[in-house]
Amino acid sequence: MKFLRMKPGHGEVLIAEGDVELAEDEELLIEEFRRQLDLGMWAAVPERTSAGRREARMVKAFEEIPRDAERVIFFPRAAGGA
Amino acid sequence: MLLAIIAIGVVIVALLWDLVLPSVKTAVARHRARRAIIPGASYDPGRERRAEQRARQLLKSCVDDEEWGMYRDLGFIRVWGAMARAPRRGRLGSDDPRAGAPYAYLIYPHKPIVAYLPQTRELLNEYCVEFPDETRPYGSALLPDSDDVLAKWMALTGDERRLISTANMHLPGRQVDPKQVRRDLWRLGQWERERLRRTPQAPGEVAAP
Repeated sequence: MKFLRMKPGHGEVLIAEGDVELAEDEELLIEEFRRQLDLGMWAAVPERTSAGRREARMVKAFEEIPRDAERVIFFPRAAGGA
Repeated sequence: MLLAIIAIGVVIVALLWDLVLPSVKTAVARHRARRAIIPGASYDPGRERRAEQRARQLLKSCVDDEEWGMYRDLGFIRVWGAMARAPRRGRLGSDDPRAGAPYAYLIYPHKPIVAYLPQTRELLNEYCVEFPDETRPYGSALLPDSDDVLAKWMALTGDERRLISTANMHLPGRQVDPKQVRRDLWRLGQWERERLRRTPQAPGEVAAP
């Protein structure tokens, strides 16, 4: 599983990577996930629906991430614009 | 006599030195400041472009082929609204969100999201939303264009209600020119017709006129 974060002026950056089946990796991923949310990020998992269409699943806790997800994308939290 | 002249000269030089020294020091300091190398990130004109290229690849890998083609060719993505349903249309399956959606959104990079009724092309609202990165690690709080579109796409398809409730809602025309939006909708219609013509037909189906 890869954690990617959108960054201004840079595009996405790989911030963590690991195998959720390995306890040590999972612990690191959980820690990074919480850190990103504490920094004010939103997290989304791109996935395909049963109808074949692509959409995103917004996740607020590590347990909500499907175990077979390949990547989680972090992006700045939305705010109302002018 | 000579000794007296030398003594007077030394006194004059000493007096002048006191007067001239501050100006000399200032001039030397200015010269050094002009020539000093200022530490800090130098501007890289290719950085934003490379960031956008990376963002485009990420967007392409996340959205449908149709949505990617729409963004590549037209510069925006249409996302169907999922908070209500309407009658089925055409040959779309019942589980396809397009079958019943009575409204949709147009996602532009770094512009408000525009909600509209596809059947009548009536514009409903503008939803102003931003994704500011407060950490500002690279001197700008703005995401690359394609990342901004992807963030809106993910937030809309993942949790439409939360994004819409976060955004500031305005009547159409506040920031996005309604004429431009109507023109974009016309372009989208043309683009879809062309795409449909190019899509291979299933056996027994008849191409749209």
